[in-house]
Amino acid sequence: MSGQPNRAMSAPGLLIETRDLAHYFDVSRPWLARVLDGQPRTLLRAVDGISFEIRRGETLALVGESGCGKSTVARLLVGLYTPTRGMIRFDGIELAGLRARAEIAAVRRRFQMIFQDPYASLNPRWRVKEIIAEPIRAHRLVSGAGPLRARVEALLRQVGLAPADADKYPHEFSGGQRQRISIARALSSNPEFLVCDEPTSALDVSVQAQILNLMKDLQREFGLTYLFISHNLAVVHHIADRVGVMYLGRLAELGSAHEIFIRPQHPYTRMLLDAIPDLEATGERRTPVAGEVPNPLDPPTGCAFHPRCPWATDRCRSERPEPLAAPNATLTACHAVEERRLDRPEGGTP
Amino acid sequence: MNMTLQSTRVESSGVTTTPVLRIEDLAVEFPTRRGVLTAVDGVSLHIDPGEVLGVVGESGAGKSITGTAVIGLLEPPGRIARGRILLCGERIDGLPEDALRRIRGRRIGAVFQDPLTSLNPLYTVGQQLVETIRTHADVPPSEARRHAVQLLQEVGITAAERRIDHYPHQFSGGMRQRVVIALALCANPELVIADEPTTALDVSIQAQIITLLKRMCRDHGAAVLLITHDMGVIAETADRVAVMYAGRLVEIGPVRDVIRQPRHPYTIGLMGSIPTVRRRVSRLVQIDGAMPRLNEIPPGCAFHPRCPRVFDPCRTLRPDLTPTDHGAAACWLFGGPPPSPGEARS
Repeated sequence: MSGQPNRAMSAPGLLIETRDLAHYFDVSRPWLARVLDGQPRTLLRAVDGISFEIRRGETLALVGESGCGKSTVARLLVGLYTPTRGMIRFDGIELAGLRARAEIAAVRRRFQMIFQDPYASLNPRWRVKEIIAEPIRAHRLVSGAGPLRARVEALLRQVGLAPADADKYPHEFSGGQRQRISIARALSSNPEFLVCDEPTSALDVSVQAQILNLMKDLQREFGLTYLFISHNLAVVHHIADRVGVMYLGRLAELGSAHEIFIRPQHPYTRMLLDAIPDLEATGERRTPVAGEVPNPLDPPTGCAFHPRCPWATDRCRSERPEPLAAPNATLTACHAVEERRLDRPEGGTP
Repeated sequence: MNMTLQSTRVESSGVTTTPVLRIEDLAVEFPTRRGVLTAVDGVSLHIDPGEVLGVVGESGAGKSITGTAVIGLLEPPGRIARGRILLCGERIDGLPEDALRRIRGRRIGAVFQDPLTSLNPLYTVGQQLVETIRTHADVPPSEARRHAVQLLQEVGITAAERRIDHYPHQFSGGMRQRVVIALALCANPELVIADEPTTALDVSIQAQIITLLKRMCRDHGAAVLLITHDMGVIAETADRVAVMYAGRLVEIGPVRDVIRQPRHPYTIGLMGSIPTVRRRVSRLVQIDGAMPRLNEIPPGCAFHPRCPRVFDPCRTLRPDLTPTDHGAAACWLFGGPPPSPGEARS
């Protein structure tokens, strides 16, 4: 696919680039009811202008509480949603610029998605071999029944299942084994980039450990790049090279996992890290975080986090902070961090 | 062996000798067409007054069934096949339904995972609180209402005088769970059973609810049976922890010791498989395989097919809980010389 018109300049090693990515859901009431009551359209800004990059072979994790927009980002990247605004570039190719079916298919083969619920994401009426072979057939990667069967069996072995499992149905497997089938299906088109939306949230911890270890092994073996969506900071700490912390559709902080976990800057990141039940701090008291995530239909003005933030000032209430380089070399969208007034809270107790 | 942490004792004197809850050799069975499934098999434990006992395990380990058996809410055909359940020394298993109903709410409060299933959507939270208070205490409606408002304030609901007349759907998930905690404690029960109370909530709300549950139960002098799959929640809340596997208790002890120095190979694997933000390891400890289904529990120790330290007696003989240096574990590694001689200990 060389020499494409829309293959633009990209920094070397970058696989994914997004700029000002946004996705709004129209959640207005039915048109007639809305017009009769003279109401405007209601837009839910699920993702509201986020920019990040993922280098080849690395894992970027997006973390945040329910409703922060992390799954919407995942769905935007694999093309399940069309962005309302902004740009996604995959290996230098701007996805929105693709028109020809062949071009789209060629790019699509190179990324795949793993979903949260291994019970809902596998067709119960298909045998495992049909499930895993679907991307191979769709992209016409292998021809002939024999080679196809061999490929499916090789994939099953790679994810720790037995070749004989190809003839079974999904209900014959446990949750962890089903997630292995999902991973085998995702790998079947030889992708470079996997979007994993809470791949272990539905699993028990010991099974989660198996899947996380498998994902790390596969990443090393095939040089895969991951976008890993999770609400579990401990899992993110384990798997990610870089971390983006999302709050109400925006990135609060983005940087290396090490810096974010050792020296978090944004008050929301600090709060999240404080909130994790800690195995090693048994019985210790901690100061629970006040407040809840606001209604995304009516987000607070200025910085969306200001109603819960002990350092909020008038500027935070009126002016939306932009991501800026913070002392820990992360990009942090916070006026308090920018003004370096984080260690003297105003008007509240941290 | 007294394994309760001193700091959690309530001041009430004289009752410390009788545990609030004592379960002896409990077995719960589900007869099915293809045979009898044993969901809980020989569980014995006790909770002292004011103590928080955590029960942890993976799905299907039998932890919730244990809790349901205690409050007498087992769904037929599930039945208690063996064992005794004593509340403050009185047997409560096998009581007639109306006697059980008086115990639920009055002497045992419950907090479940989904606050919407614990609240009636057709009544205001005030009506539900007042009804519960008046069912269990002979007070006029106005006083019950005053008590309800006070409870809502205690669980951190702002403008409680106004919020008391709102319906459950007008509260957020975290606020609803606060209401459920108020409801569980409104008759000053001796025991609260909390089954996955924070699982449906976001991390920041989870922290608030754990702290609240712990404070409320301490202030009201209620002991807690806390059932969860989340070891982090146990670590922060419980005094002692019981680890369940395939319907059996595999280890029990003070929470700090079980987390820092687990003894049973399953607990060791479980602890190692949990990622933490404190330490970064390149690989998590992996217990291969999965917990057996209830219809194919292996003979001997149920964990033996997955156990890295398995030796001969494990395959045929079921180990009992045996004291370790800080608690007890059901494992032949601690069981003294196994009955079949000539086996090398690994």
